[in-house]
Amino acid sequence: MSSRRSGGSRISDDQIADLVSKLQQLIPELRGRRSNKASASKVLQETCNYIRNLHREVEDLSDRLSQLLASTDTDTDQAAILRSLLM
Amino acid sequence: MNKYNPPRMNPSSLRSRFATRFLRSLSKINAKKPTASSSSPTEIFRRYRRIKVAADKSMAYSVRSRRTWSRAMLWKLRTRPCCRRSVKTSTIVRKTRHEKQNKNTTTTTGEDGVVFGVEADELRELVPGGEAMDLYNLLDETAHYIKCLTTQVQVMKKIADFYSP
Repeated sequence: MSSRRSGGSRISDDQIADLVSKLQQLIPELRGRRSNKASASKVLQETCNYIRNLHREVEDLSDRLSQLLASTDTDTDQAAILRSLLM
Repeated sequence: MNKYNPPRMNPSSLRSRFATRFLRSLSKINAKKPTASSSSPTEIFRRYRRIKVAADKSMAYSVRSRRTWSRAMLWKLRTRPCCRRSVKTSTIVRKTRHEKQNKNTTTTTGEDGVVFGVEADELRELVPGGEAMDLYNLLDETAHYIKCLTTQVQVMKKIADFYSP
């Protein structure tokens, strides 16, 4: 299980490959690919892009919420309805 | 719309923990708004900052210290310039030592190792606490981080849609 090739790392290539394919499943861009193996560097690249997109979405949504909150009052009834929608 | 019961999610799921915290923060932020200038661009920007921080904070607190990335994010949030006066110095010192212990040299594994180096560094910048992780932990943390980010986005979208006219 231990790979002694490159200076003391105890994690095997298989474990890394497992994680890479797990990541691949999470990324919409790569999920549909029939071939199970996008190259590892492609997966990492797409992961970076995906995370950046998510960050941007969070920023956009925060922006949208800040505009919306300017004109609404969050009262307790709304909060209760909303909570039930979310859960 | 009277007796429709949507399938109940686990109340202790990440999604509900995040949603509860975030909604609470939103009410607090909304309660603070000065009536005179609640629509000025400065106010809106300030509120945007507060909401974004609240979203990240709510998610990090919902994960607590179970993950390296959430610990890193919580630490980052606690030592922001506006909060620094309330952070005990001993906490910071302890954290720094702890972070240093986590620094494994990133040795690459396998023939793909060289390629991993470049993209992995980029990924390290995106995932909180990534600089100190070895490749295996980085990939593991990234997967969890992505799951949490997508939850965060979904919940925020639902809230925004709810309040949209």
